[in-house]
Amino acid sequence: MLHIVNKSPFQTSTLESCLRMAQPGSAILLIEDGIYAATAGSSLEARIREAQATIKVYALQPDMDARGVTPKLLEGITLVDYGGFVDLTAEYKTSHSWL
Amino acid sequence: MSEQQTAPASGPKVKKFMFVNRKAPYGTIYALESLEVVLITATFDQDVSLVFLDDGVYELVKGQQTKGIGIKNFSPSYRALDGYDVEKLYVDAASMAQRGLTEKDLLVPVEVLDAQQMGALMAEQDVILSF
Repeated sequence: MLHIVNKSPFQTSTLESCLRMAQPGSAILLIEDGIYAATAGSSLEARIREAQATIKVYALQPDMDARGVTPKLLEGITLVDYGGFVDLTAEYKTSHSWL
Repeated sequence: MSEQQTAPASGPKVKKFMFVNRKAPYGTIYALESLEVVLITATFDQDVSLVFLDDGVYELVKGQQTKGIGIKNFSPSYRALDGYDVEKLYVDAASMAQRGLTEKDLLVPVEVLDAQQMGALMAEQDVILSF
């Protein structure tokens, strides 16, 4: 399962609900304001690191660049471009685009 | 007999306007809309303050490069505000800390306030617009 989260983790509980539901071996792709969860030094860092033990976490680079936070990318998160986004949707049989 | 004035001799009272910014840029339109209202309000010569709290602090992060998402980078406009006599920009200390940000990450000089100080500033305002 590819979980796609587009909301800032500080604005809604979407990411937290996704993290509770996502099964080991699934992947989370952070896009749009969701990419803020991929930054180091935030109050979420420990929670994300914990999730990374069993779930692969990706972030869409153009959205990080737009917000000026690419230099703060959290270790262990993989950046993808739009082509990589498409590849992920092909790799995982199903996607859940969380709202 | 006391003289009574119905209006100040120098013109109508200048009002304190506060713009409260709480949303990250680009994911929603609020940050840009807020800035556009500020620029319009600036033409009315009122006493304008901008506060940034919660995800609003992200609006001021420097180095925004938006070409890849096909949206215009409007962050330079925050630097242009002092040309409109809008110089009072405040950020919430707790919001910055929660997001791992410091003043060095921001593209304009700001005053960092704690919640008590920001709340007191809010209480002084005549008009508050929240985005």
